[in-house]
Amino acid sequence: MPNRSFFWFFFPAGLAMILFIGLPIISTGIQSFYAQHDQILIEVKKCDPFGCKTSVVVDQEATSKIKEEKPLGKFNGFGTYIDRNHLASDQVSEFWSESKSLGEFIGKVGNLPFYKALVFTLTYCVIVTPCVLLLGFIIALSLNAISRRIRGPLIFGTILPMIVTPLVGSLVLFWMIDAEGIIGANLQILMDDPYLSVKSSKALTWITIIIYGVWHHSPFAFVVFYAALQTVPQEPLEASIIDGASRFQRVKHIVLPHIYPVVTFVALISLMDNFRVFEPIIGFSAEGSAQSLSWLIYDNLVNEEVILFGSAAATSIMTIVGISIILTPVLLRTWKEFRTNR
Amino acid sequence: MKKILVTLLFLLFGTVANADCNIKSGSINILANDFPALRTLVETAKECKGSADFKVTHSAEHNKIAVPALTANPSEFSVRVAANSSIVPLMNADLIRPMNDLVKKYGKGIQESQLITIDGKVMAVAFMANTQHLYVRTDVLKENGIAIPKTYEEVVAAAEKIRAAGKMKYPYAAAYKAGWNLAEEFVNMYIGHGGEFFKDGGAQPNINNAKGVATLNMLKKLADLSNPDYLTHDSEAIKVEWESGNVAIMTLWASRSGTLLDDEGDAKITAATKLVAPATVGGGNIPAATLWWDGFTLAKNRSDADAEASFRAMAHAASSKEMVAKAADQAVWLVEGFVPGPKSVGVIEAVKMGAKPYPMLPQMGLMHGALGSEIVEFLQGNESAEQALKDVEAAYITKAKEQGFL
Repeated sequence: MPNRSFFWFFFPAGLAMILFIGLPIISTGIQSFYAQHDQILIEVKKCDPFGCKTSVVVDQEATSKIKEEKPLGKFNGFGTYIDRNHLASDQVSEFWSESKSLGEFIGKVGNLPFYKALVFTLTYCVIVTPCVLLLGFIIALSLNAISRRIRGPLIFGTILPMIVTPLVGSLVLFWMIDAEGIIGANLQILMDDPYLSVKSSKALTWITIIIYGVWHHSPFAFVVFYAALQTVPQEPLEASIIDGASRFQRVKHIVLPHIYPVVTFVALISLMDNFRVFEPIIGFSAEGSAQSLSWLIYDNLVNEEVILFGSAAATSIMTIVGISIILTPVLLRTWKEFRTNR
Repeated sequence: MKKILVTLLFLLFGTVANADCNIKSGSINILANDFPALRTLVETAKECKGSADFKVTHSAEHNKIAVPALTANPSEFSVRVAANSSIVPLMNADLIRPMNDLVKKYGKGIQESQLITIDGKVMAVAFMANTQHLYVRTDVLKENGIAIPKTYEEVVAAAEKIRAAGKMKYPYAAAYKAGWNLAEEFVNMYIGHGGEFFKDGGAQPNINNAKGVATLNMLKKLADLSNPDYLTHDSEAIKVEWESGNVAIMTLWASRSGTLLDDEGDAKITAATKLVAPATVGGGNIPAATLWWDGFTLAKNRSDADAEASFRAMAHAASSKEMVAKAADQAVWLVEGFVPGPKSVGVIEAVKMGAKPYPMLPQMGLMHGALGSEIVEFLQGNESAEQALKDVEAAYITKAKEQGFL
C-alpha cells in the first residue's frame, strides 16, 4: 500500500486514538505530579440531631481563592511516586538498613501497598499467560483433530467462558467456593477442617483467581490458534507422515513454526490483559488477600470518600510503564525478525 | 356511568391534589442510597411534586457517584440524600448549599433538632437515625442458659458457649468485609474503648496505642467466632446467614431490621429474633457503636428555582406525620409524630447510653479508607496488632499529605 493511501486509511483511527487515548494519558501524567492544596481548616460549631460540638471544617472561602489561582493543585514533582503508597523509597531504604536478613527485608517491603499489589500482579501474569497459551493450543489441536460433525457445538462450548461476563463468571465460582458452597464445603470435609475457608486463606484465594484467569482467557487463545491451524499447509504434514514422524514431531517441527507469529501475538495480548487483572478481585471480594495495580487505582478513585486523583494518576502511569517493560522482550524479538525478513 | 368515572377520577386526583405543595416549576432529581426507608421518603416527596420534573436514582453505589455528579455544573442531581460520613466530601469540595432561607420560608413542619448546622448554616435536614446494635436469637440463648449480652466480652463468652454446646459452628456475625465495612467495625469498637482518632483536634493520627490494640484483639476474637469467610461478608451477606439460622448473635444496622423481620424466611427464626441495645466493650460505659443520621442536602451547582422546588418536595417528606405513621417499622424517624416501635430499640438504647455520633471530620474518610485495607492482615494472622496499626497510620499520613491535611 502506498504511504499516502495508508495515511488516509489510518487517519480516522489515529485521530480517535490521539483524542481518546493519547490525550487522557498525557493529562493523567500531568495530574500525577500534583497534590491537593494545603487544607485550610477552621473551627466551627456543628449541630446535628445528637447534639452540638465544636470541630473543624474546610474553610471554603479561603480554599476557593487558592483553587482559582492554581486549579491543578500544589506541584509535587515525583512526590506522589515515591511516597509510602507507591514506590516508598524512604521506607525501602529504611527497611534495608534495619533488616538483618534478606528474607526480613523482602517481607517488610512486601507489606507496602504498591509492592504487595505488584507481587500479585506479576505472579498472576507469569502463571496465567503460559497456562493460557498452552491450554489454548492443546484445545485447538484436539478440536482440529476430531470429526467435523461435532466440531461446531464443541467450539461453541469451548468459547463459553469468554462469552460469560467476567463478573458473572467470577461470581459463580465465588459462590461455589463459599464455606457452604459445593467446592468450599467439600474441601472442608476432604481436609477434615471445619474452619477451612478458601476465601480467607491468601494462598487459596490466589489459586482461585489464577484458575479463574486461565479459565476465562483460554478461549481467546484457542480461537486464534484454531484459526491459525486452518492455514497450516497439508502437503508437508502428509510428507512427514510418510516419513514416519510421530504426532508430537509433526506439531513441533511443522505446526508450531508455522503459527509462531500468532503465538507471539496471543502472548502479547495476554500479557497486557493479565497485567491489568481487575474484575476477578471485585467478583471474588478478594480485596483482603489479593490486590493488583488496577485495583489500587480503583481503590483510590472510588473506595475512599475523598478521591485521590494524584495517587491514582501515579499508579496508572506506573502501570503503563510496567506493561511496556514486560512487553519489551517480545517486541524486540518481533522487531528483529521483521528486520531479518526484509 | 360517566358520573361514576368522573367521581373516580376526582377521587384519584383529589388525593394527589391534597398532598400537592403547589410547586409550579423547576426540576427535582434525587440521588439516594437504596433501602426501604429511603424509598418511602422519596415516594412521599414525589406526592407533592406538582408540575416540577421528578427523577430519582436509588443506588447502593451512591457514594461513588455523588462527588463527580455534583461537581458538574449544572449538577446532575439537585438533591443528595447523605449521612454523617457522606456529607463530608460534599462539604470539603463545597458542593452543597446552605438552606437557611428555604427552611425559614417552607420548612414549617421541620423540627429544630432535624437541622444539621455548620457554623449556623443549615447544610442538611435529617429525617432518620441509624446505628449498629446487637440482634440475638432468644431461643438459642435460652436453651444454653445465657442472658442477653451487654458487653462484647459477654458476646464472646456466649458465642463460645454456643459453639462448645455444638449448636452452631459460627455463632457470631458482623459485616467484616474488607474495606468500608471492616473499618466501620473498627471505628465502633475503638470509640467503645474511649479512643480518639486524631491528636487533639488536629489531623495527626492517634490510633497506635493500647486502645487500638485492645480494639483489634476484640475484633479478632469476634472474627474467630464468625463464619471463616467473614472478610467477604457485608451487611446483606450476614443477614442471609441469620435468616438461614446459622447465627445466634449479630451486630447489624438498625435500618436493616425491616427486611430481616419481614414475612419471608423461616417464621421460627423471625419470631425468636430480638433487637437489643448495642454492647459496650472493655469496661467502658458508652456503647461500641456510632450514631448516624440520614438527611437531604441540596446541590450548589443547580439553579435556585430547582433548589427551591427540591427543598419543598423533600421538606414535605421530612415533616410528613402520615409517612412516619405508615412506615413506623422501616426506620427510626426523627420527624415529629413518630412513635417508636420494637424495631427502634437499638437506636433509642444507643442514644440513652450516650453513644457518640460518627466523627464528621474532613479527614475522617481517609482514616476510614486506611483502616479498611490495612487491618486485614492482622485478622488473617499474618501481622501483629502493633504493626497493623503502624501501617494504618503510615497509609493515612501518606494520603493526608497528598490531600493537604498534613
